[in-house]
Amino acid sequence: MAPETRWEAMRLSELKEGQTATVVRVGGNGLLRRRIQEMGLVKGTDLYVEKYAPLKDPMELVLKGFHISLRVEEAADIVVENVR
Amino acid sequence: MPPQHLTIALAGNPNSGKTSIFNNLTGTRQKVGNWPGVTVEKKEGHITRSGYDLTIVDLPGTYSLTPFSIEEVVARNFLLDERPDVVIDIIDASNLERSLYLATQIRELDCKVLFALNMADMARARGTKIDGRKLSELLDIPVVFTVGNRNEGMDELLEQAIRLAESTAPPDRTRRVKYSADIEEAIGRLAFFMESKTDDSLPYLPRWVAVKLLEDDAIVQERLIAAAPDAGRQILQAAQALRKHLTDRFDEDPQIVMTDERYGFIAGIVREVQTSTTQQRVDISRSIDLVLTHRLAGFPIFIFFIWAMFQLTFTLGEYPVKWIQTGVELASGTAASLMPEGILKSLVVDGIIAGVGSVIKFMPNILILFFCIALFEDTGYMARSAFLMDRIMHLIGLHGKSFIPMLMGFGCNVPAIMAARTLESEKDRILTILITPFMSCSAKLPVYVVLAGAFFGARAGTVIFGLYLLGIALSILTGRVFRSTLLKGADAPFVMELPPYRMPMAKSLMIHMWDRSKLFLRKMGQVILLGSVIIWALSSFPREVPTTRDDAAQTRQAAAAAGAGNPAAAVAPMQGVEDGSEDTADEIRRMQKTKQTENSYIGRLGRFVEPLFAPLGIDWRGGVSLLSGFVAKEIVVSTMGVLHATGDGEEEDVLGKALAASGMTALSALSMMVFVLLYLPCLATTAAIRRETGSYQWMFFSIGYSTTVAWVAAFLVYQGGRLLGFS
Repeated sequence: MAPETRWEAMRLSELKEGQTATVVRVGGNGLLRRRIQEMGLVKGTDLYVEKYAPLKDPMELVLKGFHISLRVEEAADIVVENVR
Repeated sequence: MPPQHLTIALAGNPNSGKTSIFNNLTGTRQKVGNWPGVTVEKKEGHITRSGYDLTIVDLPGTYSLTPFSIEEVVARNFLLDERPDVVIDIIDASNLERSLYLATQIRELDCKVLFALNMADMARARGTKIDGRKLSELLDIPVVFTVGNRNEGMDELLEQAIRLAESTAPPDRTRRVKYSADIEEAIGRLAFFMESKTDDSLPYLPRWVAVKLLEDDAIVQERLIAAAPDAGRQILQAAQALRKHLTDRFDEDPQIVMTDERYGFIAGIVREVQTSTTQQRVDISRSIDLVLTHRLAGFPIFIFFIWAMFQLTFTLGEYPVKWIQTGVELASGTAASLMPEGILKSLVVDGIIAGVGSVIKFMPNILILFFCIALFEDTGYMARSAFLMDRIMHLIGLHGKSFIPMLMGFGCNVPAIMAARTLESEKDRILTILITPFMSCSAKLPVYVVLAGAFFGARAGTVIFGLYLLGIALSILTGRVFRSTLLKGADAPFVMELPPYRMPMAKSLMIHMWDRSKLFLRKMGQVILLGSVIIWALSSFPREVPTTRDDAAQTRQAAAAAGAGNPAAAVAPMQGVEDGSEDTADEIRRMQKTKQTENSYIGRLGRFVEPLFAPLGIDWRGGVSLLSGFVAKEIVVSTMGVLHATGDGEEEDVLGKALAASGMTALSALSMMVFVLLYLPCLATTAAIRRETGSYQWMFFSIGYSTTVAWVAAFLVYQGGRLLGFS
């Protein structure tokens, strides 16, 4: 059975461990936004929430085959859809 | 014919294996890290090859060439200003897409680029195959397969680089990033406008400048104005108009749109050259991470590792430290017995050997600590420790990586401050360096032991623990205050790569450890040597002790009594002459030493600053001891010993009694301990601050700040205590 897919947009920070989603928009301040984009987190990228740190912040993501960590407050500025 | 000279720059993402390729190519000793941003300084190596003198420059590892981090600015300025003959871009085969992002930016600069497709074997093992020839064709860039950590492909890399440098064909301008029609049009118009306004005299490629102006790149704007002051302004105006047009068109900042489009262009290339056979790779690294950053086990494991590092550094390190101390004492004893009595002997024994010895003895601690840090970095655990700790450190306005330096501060501030290099953001680094001295280092402990032991008896342990807590509290407070004032600005975003765990290479660990320790030895050595000589001079001059006739007579008497056949007894009474009168001679010698110290420049300085210390309940002897503690905090105890004429401070209870007799109370002892906890860092730490912040300003700031905090805190303790009726 295929896992439940939610098409409506939500914040990356709302995703749970083990979920995958597609990036719709990267918001936030200039530097952060630029930095995130240059690491390859651009519109249309699929990303997988590997885990949250033991204190629930930061979170670890897998995208394009590598792992990055992002603070939850930073992830709140990233809008994703197609959560599965 | 003299050999021709070529400059080759190495560029690449952090963790792409760039540093190991650099080591292979040049044989230069470099540190190899597994942590983003380790290579902050520019590093060069020189070799000769095929009749050429090659200068190989290791650029900082970056993900991009936007001017947002120091590393990126350094890398880009080098490419712009030094115009290397060839740029070797190291492409991590496991991260093709992201590596190509940097590559497209280098390509836009119109450099001669060569790809080193690194670690393709590893990528293949993980199910990713890359068609090197196709990649080379699509981008018109030569591609060489390399395996950095096995030293494979280096010869071909150099051959290709030389061939590329020799070729006169300009890079194919059609094989670079093509943006969407609107953006290409804006670039074309702006570039054309630029060429017509400046008669094509700009030192940079117009297309590149146009791209950067549309991205609102501040540094390029400055450069343009500098290169063409009048035309530059018109060009900037035109660029702003176009930016506005594009922002309206895309409903988004052009810079973001262009980043998106570059990744779009890259995605097209990746689709053609890369074939993945496995969807979800089997990944040992991930399994390790499941344990090491586990929700429940993560912290206990982290604490264990830190505990182990601490134990290794300060407990295991204790043994070689003792050997070195014995060696220093031996050297000092030998020098003392070989040299004739006099000022030169005093300079060598009390100044140089004692001063340098006090620093050299940290060497084993530093070697072990840097070994552990290198191990953390090279395996990839350092990034995980930042991942674990970031939440807590973020509360102080710091980065997760600040934790390790601060913790090391409890052992010794010198390696702790040096460990702050692992922080990428300069503000984070400086803030960490400023608050680390509040972590009570192990050298301060003897002072607490003497004072708390003498005045607080059974509660000494609690008092000492309280001091440590006070240090931590003040570091948190300082962190928060400075973060919102002095070192304001967005904290660096925590976007950090978590590189795959790797087996560390022994050679790389050694290079890593030794490079940093060497730095410590060389740089510290000079400052410490100078500093200790100055302190020595201050405390040994003037030499003449205004002795009364009685004193002199007593000394002669005692010396005679100690045994006519043993003149050494008068000079060095501790040589164990079993004679009752030895005590007397010792006593007198001590009195003389006390008088001499009192009368020395540092003693006079102590008298001079007495009014400053008086409100803290600290007398002039305390003041002098604190001043002498600048060399090393342990010295505070021995100076107090000298000034209170209790011998060399060996017997703590004796000193305690002498202190009580001189009018020190529990409250003033507490005040003094608080002052010791917080006041100016020792000479070695100061030198480390100077070195690691790169400025005397921060060093003096740190000295001034910590001493002010110390004074205020001690004042509050002493005067507040008195108001509350303690004594």
